[in-house]
Formats: sequence, C-alpha cells, structure tokens
Amino acid sequence: MIPLAVTAFTATTAAGAGNEALLAALVEERSGLRENDFTAQPLPTWIGRVAGIEGLAWPSRFAPWECRNNRLAWLGLQADGFLEAVQHARERYGAGRVAIVIGTSTSSIGATEEAYARLDADGRFPPDLRRAAVHTPHSLGDFLAQALQLDGPCVTVATACSSSAKVFAQAERLIRLGIADAAVVGGVDTLCGSVLFGFNSLELVSRQPCRPFDVARNGISLGEAAGFALLERDGPAAAWLVGHGESSDAHHMSSPHPEGLGARLAIEAALARAGLAAASVDYINLHGTASQKNDEVEGAVIASLFPPQAAASSTKGWTGHTLGAAGVIEAVICLLAIREGFRPGTLNLENPDPACGPQVRAHGDRAPVNVAMTESFGFGGNNCVLIFSRQAAR
Amino acid sequence: MSAPLEVAVVGIGFWSPRLPGWQLAREVLSGAAVAPATPAARVAPAMLAPTERRRAPDTVAIALEVAARACEMAGMDPRALASVFASTHGDLPINDYMCSTLATTPALCSPTKFHNSVHNAASGYWTIGTGCVQPSTALTAWHNTFAAGLLEALVQAVAESAPVLYVAYDVASCGPLAQVTPSEGLLAVALVLDPRPAALHAAGARLECTVQPQRVADGAQRLPPAWDLALPDNAMRPCAPLFAALATAEDARLCWNLGVGSMLSVDVRHDRE
Repeated sequence: MIPLAVTAFTATTAAGAGNEALLAALVEERSGLRENDFTAQPLPTWIGRVAGIEGLAWPSRFAPWECRNNRLAWLGLQADGFLEAVQHARERYGAGRVAIVIGTSTSSIGATEEAYARLDADGRFPPDLRRAAVHTPHSLGDFLAQALQLDGPCVTVATACSSSAKVFAQAERLIRLGIADAAVVGGVDTLCGSVLFGFNSLELVSRQPCRPFDVARNGISLGEAAGFALLERDGPAAAWLVGHGESSDAHHMSSPHPEGLGARLAIEAALARAGLAAASVDYINLHGTASQKNDEVEGAVIASLFPPQAAASSTKGWTGHTLGAAGVIEAVICLLAIREGFRPGTLNLENPDPACGPQVRAHGDRAPVNVAMTESFGFGGNNCVLIFSRQAAR
Repeated sequence: MSAPLEVAVVGIGFWSPRLPGWQLAREVLSGAAVAPATPAARVAPAMLAPTERRRAPDTVAIALEVAARACEMAGMDPRALASVFASTHGDLPINDYMCSTLATTPALCSPTKFHNSVHNAASGYWTIGTGCVQPSTALTAWHNTFAAGLLEALVQAVAESAPVLYVAYDVASCGPLAQVTPSEGLLAVALVLDPRPAALHAAGARLECTVQPQRVADGAQRLPPAWDLALPDNAMRPCAPLFAALATAEDARLCWNLGVGSMLSVDVRHDRE
C-alpha cells in the first residue's frame, strides 16, 4: 500500500459535536450515554444519542434526502473545518477526482420505519416520505455527493460494524491505482428501531451503561455518530494511514470465532502492510462492545499478540456502539491519540475479565503515541484493522 | 483518466428464474434454446448446513449459487478468493418484515431476521459456508451498484495481484416498500476476475477498464430480445449487457456511471494478438 495523509478528520458523537468535545470527554472520563429516550415503545437500556439532530436547519436544496441519518451526516460535516477541507480538495484536484467511500450499517432505514408506522388508509407511504432517496441503503453516499459537490466514484460500504473501517482500505486502493487523487471516507449511523429492537432480540443489549472488558459486563449500549476523514497522497497531516488488514471469521453470522481467528488475521495483515512489529504499536482502540463473547475473545487475542506496554482500550462507554460509524469514530480517536499524546482508558471498567492481559487499561494517560491501531468486527464475521502513524515513512 | 485495469474473466455464474444457469442463458441468447416458460424453483445453497439452507433468504440463496458456479468454472478453491458482494437494495423482504414488525410489535422482532438483515449477509454466509477467511466486502451505490462493485473487484484484483470473486444480486421488492423501491424477480451474477499474466495471456475473455471523469452519454444499454424478455425488471439488470457480451464472445465497450461525473468504461475483448 501507499501511506496516505489524513489531512482532515472529524467525529460527532453522543460526547458532542466535533473532535474537541470528544477529546474533552475522553480526558475527563465523562460518558455521553443516557437512558433510552429514543424508542416510542419502552426498552430499558442506555444509548449514545447525539444532541442537535432534530433542530438542525435543513437546507431546502437537500429536501429529497431529509432524514435522521443524513441530518447527522450534515451536522458532522460542519465540525472541525471538514467542509472547507473538502472544498479545497475539490478545487485542487477537480470534483471528478475525489471519491466518496462511506460506511453505514442501517443508513436511512429509520425513515422507512417511520413510513411503515404512518401508512395511509390504502397501505401506502405517507406523501412526505414518498422519497426514494431515503429508502435506499445508498442514501448516505448519495446525499454526501450532493452535500460535498463531488463528482467522483461514490459508493456505500455496508459490512455491519466494520463498514467505516473498510472504507479506509477501499479508498487507499483507489488512490494507489490512480482512480482518485483524494477520498472522503467515513461513516454515519443513527439510532433506529431496527438496531435497538434487533440487538435486543439477540439479547445483546445491556440495561446499564456498557462496561467493556469488565467481568460484570452484560451487553452493549447502542449509539449514533458521524465521522469523516479526508485522505490524500500528501499534505499537512497529524497522522498517516499506514496499514489496513481485512479478514473473515468463516464461523458464525452474529458470534465471533472462539479463538479470534479472523481478528488475528486482520491484525497480522495490517501490521505486515505497515511493515511494523506488534511492539511498535503504542495505543490500540479495541472493538470492545461489552458483549460477553466479543470482549472475551478480543481480550485474549490482544494478550497473546501484543507486549504488556501497549495500551489498549474500548471507548464504547463514551459513545455507545455506533455500528457502521464505529470504525471511523475509533479511527478518529486514534488520530487524536497521536496528535494529543493521550491514550484513552475504558469507561466503566472496574474488574477486568481474566481473559484480558495488562494491555487493557481502565484509565487514560498522557504518553507519546507514534503508532495507533483500531479494530472493527462486524456481523457475518467481517473484520478490519487500521494502523495510523505520526510519520509516513517506516 | 487512470491507467487501464486489466483482468481475465475466468469464472462466470448467472441465475434468474427463467435463465437458471450460465449454460442455458448462453443457449437462449444464441437461439439454441428458448427460455423456459415456467420459472425455475429457487436454488438451495448446498454449502450451507441443512437448517441454514432451508432458512436462507432468497438474497443469500441466489448469491451463493452463482458464486459457487463461478468458482467451479474458474477451477479455483473459494477459500483462496477475496470477494466483493454488491446489491442495490439488500434484502427487501427482510426490510419489509423488520419495518412491519417494528410498527406493531417491536419486542417480537426475530433475532434471525435481524442478523440476516445486514447488507453483508450473503458475504457472511459465503465465507462461513466455504470456510473462507479472506477479506469480503458488501456494498451498494443505488443505480450505480453493479459498476461500483465491479470497480471494487477490479481494483482489489489489480492492487493485490490476485484473483477476486465478484457477486451481484437483487431480489423482488414487496409490501409498501415496493411503491418507492421497485425491483422484480430474482437476478444474481458472479465473475472470477484474474489479473495475473498467465490468465491474461490464456484464451478467453478479458476486461480492460478505465474510470473517466464524465457521465454516460446515453441511457440504458440495450439487451438482445431473447434476454430482454426473459429477465425480470430487477434492480441488478444493468449487469446484463456485460454478460451478453461474454455469452456471445463479441467484443464490446460498455459504460456505467460511478458518480455524479464519473463512469466506468469496460472494453470486453475475446482475442489476444
């Protein structure tokens, strides 16, 4: 692969809009989770809900794309000068030479859910929701092409919870082969009935705020988020994408491989691509959903592959599990770790699972971070690991 | 414009109820056979365990069928291939089920339907069914889905100098969703694309592909009448002209949009000078 400069990046989560709000929450160990106030029917759980989505002014030119997920995307694009950075890239390279590779798990399905809840007497969608652009899983990508005025290849990756990690790998290949000069990558997923009641049906939802890697953990907290990054061959960058690794578990649709086979393969592929040894990774952002199985398997994989001084943590206690947006949000946390020299801890972790090694940290610390890695594992046994480095060169 | 991406087509899979299989589809196109009047029964993916085979949604069943046939033709072990799965809409009947259930009795949502609702369900079942630990992805680009998936498969093949399995499929829409998201019948196609010199120099079809900063000039690409009548008005129909060119072994230039101002141009070639 070729190292790519991450010339702009941003995250909007339950911890707040933009990178500074997220960083402050991470440093102050302040969770963004709240008791579920989203579903009409009661569901006792905690959620990572983003403030300000409903009240956001919606430009009339985007009327066909209006829905919660695209609103969150638009909110997220406003932060950290991201829109301006994309505009500069558009002017520098031409609109047709900037690709959009975006991840989502449920895209705008919330709008389809709403249409089904408000069918008219003839069983048809209500007139205000007869908009095809919000009933396609590509709604997010289609909206971003409009919002960012980009003409290049535009695609939505939907591999559940690894979606917005895999977009970095796909964009790297497009730039390496000269299909694009730059790419907007990222992911947006919003709270909706499908995921809240769907994960509930799998008995994976906790009634309390999630406690990743704790012996007493009892499930996930769902969240919503928007995150974006601008990838270029060169440019002023806080950090570079230097490695990516993808794999499949070949085991089960909704349960990880018991020995973490796919996770190991993805980690090894990412390290090999980066030309780095495991010992050179300073911070690892874990998938760490706080489900029984994931944390047990992932904790053991990290304990066996990395030296004790590598600091590893799950940040789901701040944001909730943001599904198709988790990859990019946790990539942004890695980029902030490198930029700020701060390694976040794991919120709500009191008694670590015995499967974990000393790598999994409860509390954050200040330390130089040259190399940071993030893990994303999705349904279908779909895995992706990304590595970022302060330097482009090995 | 980028340098051309060049691959050999070493495996093909094709399935639709009135063109159930690549061999028959070719014969219908050449006039050697007529499309059966009675649509074929849905295929059952042999690689899945019996309970999963029975419960597998149509999306998974047709995707796994064409994927297996393409690997067979290529003479390649599926476990060695990275894969790209593309579907315009994903599993529309499951979306209809989820949205109907959520509107009435959300607490009764089926856990199996939920985990099968992910866009990468077919990709997941394929890797589980074959025991493949290689990377697999799932994507959509709405009207541009077939081309977006083909581009990703081409790019992976050329970037990694290794063959890639590409699978594209859509199913029929149903329920209230069908008013805004139309798609009829079943259609699934698969290709094994090999970028290695030995494959490029062997007899058979090659694709030379470029991405160009312009939109496709005219509208839908025409299909030969024998296929036009036999294929349903399915969201994956934009794939058909490529398979018609492969079936007739005729050289062709085909274009599909990839974005607001970019397109994939594919030269299908059948001879090597």
